[in-house]
Amino acid sequence: MSSDISNSGHKPDGGSAPQSAPPLSKPKFWNDPKKRSLLFQILLLTALGFVFYTIIENTLTNLEQRGMTTGFDFLSREAGFGIAMSLIDYTEASSYGMTFIVGLLNTILIAVMGIIAATILGFILGVARLSDNWLIAKFSALYIEVFRNIPLLLQIFFWYYAVLRTLPAPRQSIEFLGSFLNNRGLIVPAPVPEDGFGLVIMGFFGAIVASWFIARWSRKRQELTGQQFPVILTSIGLIVGVPLLLFLFSGLPLGLDHPELKGFNFKGGITVIPELMALWLALSIYTAAFIAETVRAGILAVSHGQTEAATALGMSKAKTLRLIVIPQAMRVVIPPLTSQYLNLTKNSSLATAIGYPDLVNVFAGTTLNQTGQAIEVIAMTMAVYLTLSLLTSFFMNWYNARIQLTER
Amino acid sequence: MKKTLISTAVLMVAMTGTAMAGTLETLKERGALQCGVTSGVPGFSVPDDKGNWKGLDVDVCRAVAAAVLGDATKVKYIPLNAKERFTALVSGEVDVLSRVTTWTQTRDTQLGINFAGVNYYDGQGFLVKKELGLKSVKDLDGATVCVQSGTTTELNMADYFRTHGITYTPVVFDTNDQAAQAFDTGRCDSFTTDLSQAAGLRTRMQDPSAVGALPEVISKEPLGPVVRQGDDTWFNIVKWSFNAMLNAEELGLTSANVDKMKAESSDPNVKRLLGLDGPKGKGLDLADDWAYQIVKQVGNYGEAYERNVGKDSPLGLDRGLNALWNQGGLQYAPPMR
Ligand SMILES: N[C@@H](CCC(=O)N[C@@H](CS)C(=O)NCC(=O)O)C(=O)O
Repeated sequence: MSSDISNSGHKPDGGSAPQSAPPLSKPKFWNDPKKRSLLFQILLLTALGFVFYTIIENTLTNLEQRGMTTGFDFLSREAGFGIAMSLIDYTEASSYGMTFIVGLLNTILIAVMGIIAATILGFILGVARLSDNWLIAKFSALYIEVFRNIPLLLQIFFWYYAVLRTLPAPRQSIEFLGSFLNNRGLIVPAPVPEDGFGLVIMGFFGAIVASWFIARWSRKRQELTGQQFPVILTSIGLIVGVPLLLFLFSGLPLGLDHPELKGFNFKGGITVIPELMALWLALSIYTAAFIAETVRAGILAVSHGQTEAATALGMSKAKTLRLIVIPQAMRVVIPPLTSQYLNLTKNSSLATAIGYPDLVNVFAGTTLNQTGQAIEVIAMTMAVYLTLSLLTSFFMNWYNARIQLTER
Repeated sequence: MKKTLISTAVLMVAMTGTAMAGTLETLKERGALQCGVTSGVPGFSVPDDKGNWKGLDVDVCRAVAAAVLGDATKVKYIPLNAKERFTALVSGEVDVLSRVTTWTQTRDTQLGINFAGVNYYDGQGFLVKKELGLKSVKDLDGATVCVQSGTTTELNMADYFRTHGITYTPVVFDTNDQAAQAFDTGRCDSFTTDLSQAAGLRTRMQDPSAVGALPEVISKEPLGPVVRQGDDTWFNIVKWSFNAMLNAEELGLTSANVDKMKAESSDPNVKRLLGLDGPKGKGLDLADDWAYQIVKQVGNYGEAYERNVGKDSPLGLDRGLNALWNQGGLQYAPPMR
């Protein structure tokens, strides 16, 4: 656009005799809007760069003048404090950098657990709210209204203080299926893989790959011949059956490490601390209420004519839902669902209120305080949330684009 | 977290500009001292039922206000948890931090802050339920221990258990209320903190008599008021306000007898402290009677100790290490001359 204007604007008039036109005199660059705008952009960028440079430079000088340490050297220093729960090996002798990783993994853990539970619960509630069954529909509506309108922090406190804190002490634990529930958490037997368990895992992944090929083959066949093949059932059968058979035939190669009460607490097994349980319950239950509304809106957005047409064609109710309604509803559901996932991830930082060792609690909390390097630590923490959010939305955008393509 | 974020933002802004104005001038203009205290530790800083802050740490704030503004009540108390405190001080949210803060090398040299003295010599201990019949910290093997985050407590515990080969699970909370209550309701087998604060927080538990401390004291915790680095006048004011309280006790000056002594005493030490003679307020940019105002309105160190944490208080702590140097303790102030 701009190049058109500049060309025509500077063509010598009397285009009728192009042969005799004098050679184009080079326009002064400030008369060329393209170059001019480029110049302004460069100027602006330089100014901006200078401002940022000054801010950073000034901050560093001032911090130094006040005797405050700067830089990221602290990340390799020994942390010297314990963390209640860690997915990787962490001891007091680990570095501050490790506290970052431990906190980050704990944040990712609660976010993933929360997203899975909230999605399942939310979809069930969303569909239930549209159910023809009065009781189910009303129950779902009540759930949504209640949990959506109580502040999340209160719900976390409720689960933590009112429910989990009132569980009995370790000695009076509630026992079921070899597990123990008490005010120190849920202690379950830990699976210990023995020789030959690798085979079971290989079988599992093999079955997944096989299912994928079967799905491809069946799609091709349906396009060619119109015959259908029960892909879903076969896949489930394979993915569950193959590892199970391998497991049985290789002589049950999985031991269990049973928890045992020793001294103050249980030894052995896996302990799910109450802070994690409370946060997970609260985040899932709260976010599920929002997801349910999203799902309901998505289903309602598919016009009723579609369902009627499907019925007229003799499609079963389940098939209509699976093949007609859900694919179209998903397109409406995905964008708001993404923002619910982002909310859940960010809300997980409320962990610090009950002492779940997430990134904010461990790194932006204890590490920040012990090192005093507020600016570095907060910058790293914010970068993490930004990255997690961007990754989630990239993934969901990708998924969204994929299902959009199925539109004909 | 939100507070930390805000403080960090303020810190960023503060650090991008040029040097801050002098604390003393800002404070005189504002007409009130902003003092960072705990969110509530009986004996050290806690609001009473009328909302007035009381405690040994609070008395340091009041002494500074009396010296600078001539009025010990002109203080705005800002409750800070352990994690927020240094950022709040450095970003200028508070003028003094008087909040059971342990003097350590890292804090003194890397956080841009200075310690102005030690108003309580303390050490870390462990509270447990008496019914468990524990005799020593060594019996805590395998235990779950509640602790407040952002404290030296958290680090000392890790060191001690590690070097003694004791396994433990820390459960870390943002506020002392949460940590103490978690212990009280059974989430943890033990609660660890400085013994003085343990004595204070114990008074708030469901059944204080069922809770006791294990005999070990695992660390040195010199607690004292803190100021920002880079304002030496202000540093001196806080340092000497506290020194005046100690010297007053040593000289036998109390809030009750200070007027009489001012009129009658011929002891040159007393005359110098009360600003009738000697350096007076000059080097500090204060009124000549600054120390008189402290003794008159707040009292000497011994008075503050007894009414807040000593025998007359629910904490009932001995003077111990906090007796004056000439009575077998460690409290020793440089002379005022
Ligand atoms: N002296 C230690 C510990 C100080 C500390 O924060 N103690 C807790 C006692 S549990 C407290 O006073 N908390 C009060 C609050 O967070 O408001 C330090 O300086 O790190």
